Amino acid sequence: MFETLSHLALQQYWWMIISFLGSTLVFLMFVQGGQTLIYTIGKTDMERTMIINTLGRKWEFTFTTLVTFGGAFFASFPLFYSTSFGGAYWVWMIILIAFVIQAIAYEYRSRPNNFLGARTYETFLFINGLIGTIFIGTAVATFFTGSPFSVNMMNQSQWETPWHGLELALNLHNLSLGLTVFFLARTLGLLYFMNSVNDEAIAQRSKKQLWFNAIPFVFFFLVFVIWLMLRDGFAVNPENGEVFMQPYKYFINFIEMPVVLVIFLAGVVLVLAGIIISIIKTTSNGIWMSGPGTVLTVFALFLIAGFNNTSFYPSTYGDLQSSLTIQNASSSHYTLTAMSYVSLLVPFVAAYIWYVWKAINNKKIDKDEMTSGDTHVY
Amino acid sequence: MLENIDFALVNWSRAQFALTAMFHWIFVPLTLGLGFMLAFMETIYYKTGDPEWKKLTKFWMKLFGINFAIGVATGIILEFEFGTNWSNYSWFVGDIFGAPLAIEGIMAFFLESTFIAVMFFGWDKVSKRFHLTATWLTAIGANLSALWILVANAWMQNPVGTTFNPDTARNEMTNFWEVLFSETAVNKFIHTTTSGFVLAAIFVLGISSWFLIKKRETLFAKRSIVIASIFGIISSIILIGTGDSSAKEIVKTQPMKFAAMEALYEGQENAGLVAFGILSGKENHKNLTADSKADFIFKIEIPSMLSILAHGDPNQFVAGIKDLIMGNEEQGIMSYREKIERGYHAQQTLIAYKEAQKSNPKGEEYLALRDKFADPVFMSEYFRYFGYGNYYDPDPEILQKNAFKMVPPISMTFYAFHIMVILGFYFLGLFALFLYLIMRNQLHDKKWLLWAAVWTIPLVYIASQAGWIVAEVGRQPWVIQDLMPTMKAVTQIDTTAVMITFWLFAVVFIGLFIAEIKIMTKQIKIGPNKGGTK
Repeated sequence: MFETLSHLALQQYWWMIISFLGSTLVFLMFVQGGQTLIYTIGKTDMERTMIINTLGRKWEFTFTTLVTFGGAFFASFPLFYSTSFGGAYWVWMIILIAFVIQAIAYEYRSRPNNFLGARTYETFLFINGLIGTIFIGTAVATFFTGSPFSVNMMNQSQWETPWHGLELALNLHNLSLGLTVFFLARTLGLLYFMNSVNDEAIAQRSKKQLWFNAIPFVFFFLVFVIWLMLRDGFAVNPENGEVFMQPYKYFINFIEMPVVLVIFLAGVVLVLAGIIISIIKTTSNGIWMSGPGTVLTVFALFLIAGFNNTSFYPSTYGDLQSSLTIQNASSSHYTLTAMSYVSLLVPFVAAYIWYVWKAINNKKIDKDEMTSGDTHVY
Repeated sequence: MLENIDFALVNWSRAQFALTAMFHWIFVPLTLGLGFMLAFMETIYYKTGDPEWKKLTKFWMKLFGINFAIGVATGIILEFEFGTNWSNYSWFVGDIFGAPLAIEGIMAFFLESTFIAVMFFGWDKVSKRFHLTATWLTAIGANLSALWILVANAWMQNPVGTTFNPDTARNEMTNFWEVLFSETAVNKFIHTTTSGFVLAAIFVLGISSWFLIKKRETLFAKRSIVIASIFGIISSIILIGTGDSSAKEIVKTQPMKFAAMEALYEGQENAGLVAFGILSGKENHKNLTADSKADFIFKIEIPSMLSILAHGDPNQFVAGIKDLIMGNEEQGIMSYREKIERGYHAQQTLIAYKEAQKSNPKGEEYLALRDKFADPVFMSEYFRYFGYGNYYDPDPEILQKNAFKMVPPISMTFYAFHIMVILGFYFLGLFALFLYLIMRNQLHDKKWLLWAAVWTIPLVYIASQAGWIVAEVGRQPWVIQDLMPTMKAVTQIDTTAVMITFWLFAVVFIGLFIAEIKIMTKQIKIGPNKGGTK
């Protein structure tokens, strides 16, 4: 089945999978956003316990999606992996540490004799929420703004600044996406609390906090998108693979790929609708609009970064021709074919995740469950 | 040439990877084995409905959770480090290595992380049958994830199923099944997972023995010991069997590693196996010359056993370290010097090809060079030694010296191998003894033996780490056997940056480790009856 597809078709297929994983990751970052709100929303120990437990039952999905996103990127576009991870060393290392301290925080927080104390583990969760979102958002923005690296004829890459990625955080356009992701994650976190915790005080505070997070989110999102539509983009000549700067490239990509534009707009509408109904109505289902909306919006942004003859990881260090495209950075036809068969498992994986999610969340978390003594409590 | 290599950077990068991998491997084997033991225990609960079995399952599950969290935390670092610290390697092997990693994520990690949530939070939310299924799926998911990463590692030891593509300057997968089912991959998967089963069985055996010593929870402890002993015996037998088949395969694919495992300098027929030995340490891989000799202070040798282990025939020749470096015409062994020259020729051909491609991609020279990479003779006689070319030097004397540098740390490989093997047999004996005594109801009053089981817990961790030292240190100087030396795989960044992250990781790991040990020992002391599920 996949063998008969052209190399380019397989590259596009895998870029769509990467885009799907990336967009799902951004949605699942409601866990990170929620972690930055533990003390804002939880005023008593019990409230904090409920919040941490409702997040704690989902953190592994986010984590696993991040790991799979990394693994899939490595497998399908290894030149990106070697160039970006080895080059933007500090960015990835900081993200890494932020996720390492998250992974133990839930399990160890409430255990007796836990060495560092519950407060420290809660701080770990906060740090993860703050850095995980801002840095990943900033790193993804470089798909549009570029990075200072070069690639030699043996495809070995070299980062051309001594800051190894830290300089990317000083670019305001990158930062605007980092902050967008941060406030979006917090907004989604609030919607998730409203959806999964049965507690009046938490619901009220979450509703109030929506204002303070949704407004900055919309502001930074607009800054990022408007800037993106207006800036020059990294276009690829399909005839010879040459990379050149094209004015309004990303806007043109939307126009030339109207389906992607529709996906993007539908996503934005859903995200906003989820927020608005949660503010004006008494509903706990806002997350089921804003969540899928996030997936659609980010999916569309990934597609305009890599499709329609665009370089998805541009080099801004003098040599535009070092820029990575889905064609020059990808795995071989054989490997992409083999992996494409594996990708057929994705719907199956999504189905059992959905099934388990429903089974675990069929009843909202409440105080009784936290004190019943018969369930695993973080 | 070697003087252009920044060895400080290479060594710090290696140290960082070793630190992370070894720390990660403290937690993984317990997950692999305990997962299945939980599934056995819960299955008995499901069949009998006896709440004691539920209690027993939940106690071990709690310890599983504490251990699992830290395994996850350290696992992500390894995946990222391939890119951050080994970028040249990532590109060179990405076409092969990436696929198992992606499959691992899609197939195994989601299975594991989804159903572990049911395991912990689902006792009252899902049916008993579904809960049991989730416990089994968590165990299977954990072992599936081990499969893919071990396939990737096996490919580094024995790079099969691939072809070099000069256009992209990397190896590309041409036969997925050959990568998945290579002898190395099959051995490695079974040997490594069963080593995890043995580790988990010793863990359960040791902790249960502690309860018996303290005269607490005796029924719980005895039941746990029965499960652990049976699981341990079966796993140990498979472990030893695959150890033997691994050795036979290493002789063929990594003869230098095999020679270092036995500190065998001179090859011989009827080669004896060193059952126990102490090296003086004067001779080592750093000062190796044509005159070097094995320097045992003391050794107990089993005659002809090494030849049997390697080839199943006492009369067969086993190559020593010096035979491999200097060559042995009689045995048909090519010298390293020759391999270096051939590898260098292959590298120069690739450079010429890339330059011709740039200057005149339709020219005759380009076409002729391109044909070379499709020529089976060139590929098997020259390209297969591609990595050796990095040790080339125009000065024949330096070249000869470089050949003697291509040896793994001999004493470390030797000791790691022997510690692993000796302890492996000891564990089997311990399981058998425990099963025998517990069946005769004579175990609980043998305090010394129970204490021995408790103190075997650190030993099983040592054995497990030793196994990886044999595999990874024994492979040096290669990161991919014969194709890419470790020194060429590294990301070109400041050594200081790697030093900072090394110490950062070290501090984080030590902190996490202390927390883990404190929490784990506290939970064990609380026991299965107290403290609710917190």
